[in-house]
Amino acid sequence: MTTLTRNASPAEHAVRRPLKRRGQSDLKIALFFIAPAMIGFIVFYLVPTLRGIYLSFTEYSILGDPTWIGTANYEAIAKDPLFWNALAVTSQYVLINIVLQTALALGLALLMHRVAKSTWIRGALLLPYLMANVIAALLWFWLLDYQIGIVNYFIESIGLPKVAFFGSEEWAIPTQALINTWRHMGYTALLLFAGLQSIPHHVYEVANLDGASPWQTFRKITVPLLRPVLVLVLIVTVIGSFQVFDTVAVTTLGGPVNASRVLQFYIYQKAFTESDFGYGSALAVILFVILALVAFIQMKFLKGNESDLD
Amino acid sequence: MTTAKVPAPARAAARRRPFNWRRAGAWALVVLAVAVSVLPFYWILRTALSTNGSLAGNATNLLPADFNLGAFKRVFGLQSPEEAVAEGGSGAQIDFWIYLRNSALFATITTIGAVFFSAMAAYAFARLRWRGRNLVFSLFLATMMVPPIFTALPNFLLIKNLGLLNTLAGLVLPYIFMTPFAIFFLRQFFLNMSREVEEAAMLDGAKHVRIFFQIILPNAAAPIATLALLTFIGQWNEYFWPLLVGQEESIRVLTVGLGVFKSQSPQGAPDWSGLMAATLVSALPVLILFAVFGKKIVNSIGFSGIK
Repeated sequence: MTTLTRNASPAEHAVRRPLKRRGQSDLKIALFFIAPAMIGFIVFYLVPTLRGIYLSFTEYSILGDPTWIGTANYEAIAKDPLFWNALAVTSQYVLINIVLQTALALGLALLMHRVAKSTWIRGALLLPYLMANVIAALLWFWLLDYQIGIVNYFIESIGLPKVAFFGSEEWAIPTQALINTWRHMGYTALLLFAGLQSIPHHVYEVANLDGASPWQTFRKITVPLLRPVLVLVLIVTVIGSFQVFDTVAVTTLGGPVNASRVLQFYIYQKAFTESDFGYGSALAVILFVILALVAFIQMKFLKGNESDLD
Repeated sequence: MTTAKVPAPARAAARRRPFNWRRAGAWALVVLAVAVSVLPFYWILRTALSTNGSLAGNATNLLPADFNLGAFKRVFGLQSPEEAVAEGGSGAQIDFWIYLRNSALFATITTIGAVFFSAMAAYAFARLRWRGRNLVFSLFLATMMVPPIFTALPNFLLIKNLGLLNTLAGLVLPYIFMTPFAIFFLRQFFLNMSREVEEAAMLDGAKHVRIFFQIILPNAAAPIATLALLTFIGQWNEYFWPLLVGQEESIRVLTVGLGVFKSQSPQGAPDWSGLMAATLVSALPVLILFAVFGKKIVNSIGFSGIK
């Protein structure tokens, strides 16, 4: 314990110390510790990723062997109206989610930060997030029922026409997005709340001295300093939303007509209902690429890695 | 919002002021948000304790319409098919005890395996020195980016080829060795642990295995418990993989069973009270965990999201 090492952060400390202490490497023992995880990683993550890419270039009905057909699946997908519909429907869902969820969560986070810091309230808001998608879907399937659902009862009682939330083409996707927003709103708010708490108070004090209005403070200080968390929240929301499946699978099953046939549900149907594994894999590759692009673009444009604080 | 503008002494004064419209409005919003989050759960209970026949006539009655436990009996297969049909059920045999057991096994086994093996790997990444450590770690991290559906298709084929469809092993295998998130989560904690106790143990001749079990694991008990809690809840709620691999009645988990129960509802008039009773049964373990460990779960969210 010399004075020299005292300055090192615990993380650096952990990395550097053994280096000086013992010249030899811990490779053998490290292999022992990492072996189970390594098996899981290779068998259930790495190889499936490569195999999925390979399968996307084949025709494969599960029963026989996969036959290599080059880019035929991708060419078919480009001309597949159901794919483009699924992409459009999914994008609509993602868009509603980002706007609604981020706006509501930011509002809630500000309320928690300024008005109510209670753990009880945070817990209550987090409750929907802890429920399975299937449960959230069934719960709202009941609340939003056309005949005797409580929500439609209220809509009628204020003089508006009932809404066929799951049964109409224009409402099918917004309804799924609303359910998802309900489930994730509190979680997203908690992430943003944690971000708000990390903004040092003196920054606000300086703004006050300069006579900044609350709106200016919010735009010029809160939002920029919250940016790393906002980027994370946006990425998590978009990536999660693109993979919506559970809610659709237990409520509308892609309907009415194709109104809620989102990408992941289409992949599921192709691979498991129609036994077209090659085509399903190619669709999954496209989804994968979309997600990677989205994350990359968001990181790049919103400069997620940097914080204005340092 | 105004509080930010007012200098500190004046703000303290504002807090003492008996009534403030802005603050009242803000609180009203908070209450509204809490109500929207929590009240639907009361509606599940209320519906589950009602009979289907009475629901339609009492759409807004806050108390159960025609209070009875028939829906729960139906869910646990304690009603004869005739009784079930009379109360608006489908009359089809369904037994949630089996699903409850399967969900418990699936979630418990995967949680124990994933947390333990991930802790071992995290130890190697955080505390041991070996070539390629950072490279391997970034590879592991990269897998967090791969969407689950993408690996689910080939993994389904693998499980099918191994002849493990509709078995517990098939359900459990992809999760039991590790999850990238668990490794990432625990590594953060292990990196920040003090080296002193560990070094003292080394001087006493302790080997890595002993250090891992007797020093690292006990000292990281809190984050490990949190991780186990989050993993368990996540696994309990998992739907897609069990839907692919565990379709047979004997191996169905609750989420999949719920979907089946819903689709068995007769045309036109779903068995709402039965469905809500089943939903409540499925949510119960998470609700209990939440009642016991609520604070831990809430406080872990800030960390798990932003490291």
